[in-house]
Amino acid sequence: MSEEIAVVKVADVPVGTELFSATVELERSSLVKYAGASGDFNPIHWNERFAREVGLPNVIVHGMLTMGVAASVLEEWIQDPGRVLDYGVRFTRPIPVPDPGSVEVTVVGKLGAVDAEAGTARIDLNVSSDGATVLGKAQAVIKT
Amino acid sequence: MSVNADFVGRVFTGTPPYEVSRVKIAEFSSAVQSLHPSHLDVEAARALGHPDVIAPTTFAVVIAQRAEAEYITDPAATIDFSRVVHADERFTLQRPIHAGDVLSTAVHVDSIVERRGISMVSTRTEITDEAGSSVATVRSTLAVRGE
Repeated sequence: MSEEIAVVKVADVPVGTELFSATVELERSSLVKYAGASGDFNPIHWNERFAREVGLPNVIVHGMLTMGVAASVLEEWIQDPGRVLDYGVRFTRPIPVPDPGSVEVTVVGKLGAVDAEAGTARIDLNVSSDGATVLGKAQAVIKT
Repeated sequence: MSVNADFVGRVFTGTPPYEVSRVKIAEFSSAVQSLHPSHLDVEAARALGHPDVIAPTTFAVVIAQRAEAEYITDPAATIDFSRVVHADERFTLQRPIHAGDVLSTAVHVDSIVERRGISMVSTRTEITDEAGSSVATVRSTLAVRGE
């Protein structure tokens, strides 16, 4: 996380307000580490020869790793990760990872909606890499 | 061969319960770059009202994917994993998963829809604790390309 995350109370700001923003760096070793931690050893995430053979431009980031790091940015902002009630995404664009090198994933969270009666808020996440959105309809519902 | 649509409605419960450890939570947190103290420090987690360290939001995927394998690797399901792309994922959490949980799974095959040679396979994994209470629902859609 390269940027400081400021906490804003969702009740105090209008819908659409940007709540937080951070950039996460991923390299090949990040993918290997996630493979081990998650048990997802699909070779498209660590074997460049295999990835190219199946038509990918290079080894690609696990969609679930991108989803996971975006959640980490949200968790840091809400201060208690136990307040996340629902979190869903669509995987719309793969992120190739060069070697040597790294890729940056930028996560921006905006207030999507507030349900005062239920005590919840929807946070809309824009997750992008190299200027292109990589997760579609990335939304989380949190306890306020 | 296309994905076997006869599996819609089937429920898989053959995966043994998953015991959640502090070490696994710390390992997963590090992999998703979540350094929140509630994942790593028992006292910090308790200060927030949790019984032990809690798992990051997407940790349930570890438990769900382990359970989904019972369905996906069933030869009769005819899912060629080399042709699979993850299309979407959603977690609905009734409470945070914490170290010490012993969690059981039931994988429901909710739908298999073929569109332009691609089969969209949607599963729903219901995760319950030892008391039988619902902990999380993990919904996942895989896109399986035809030959």
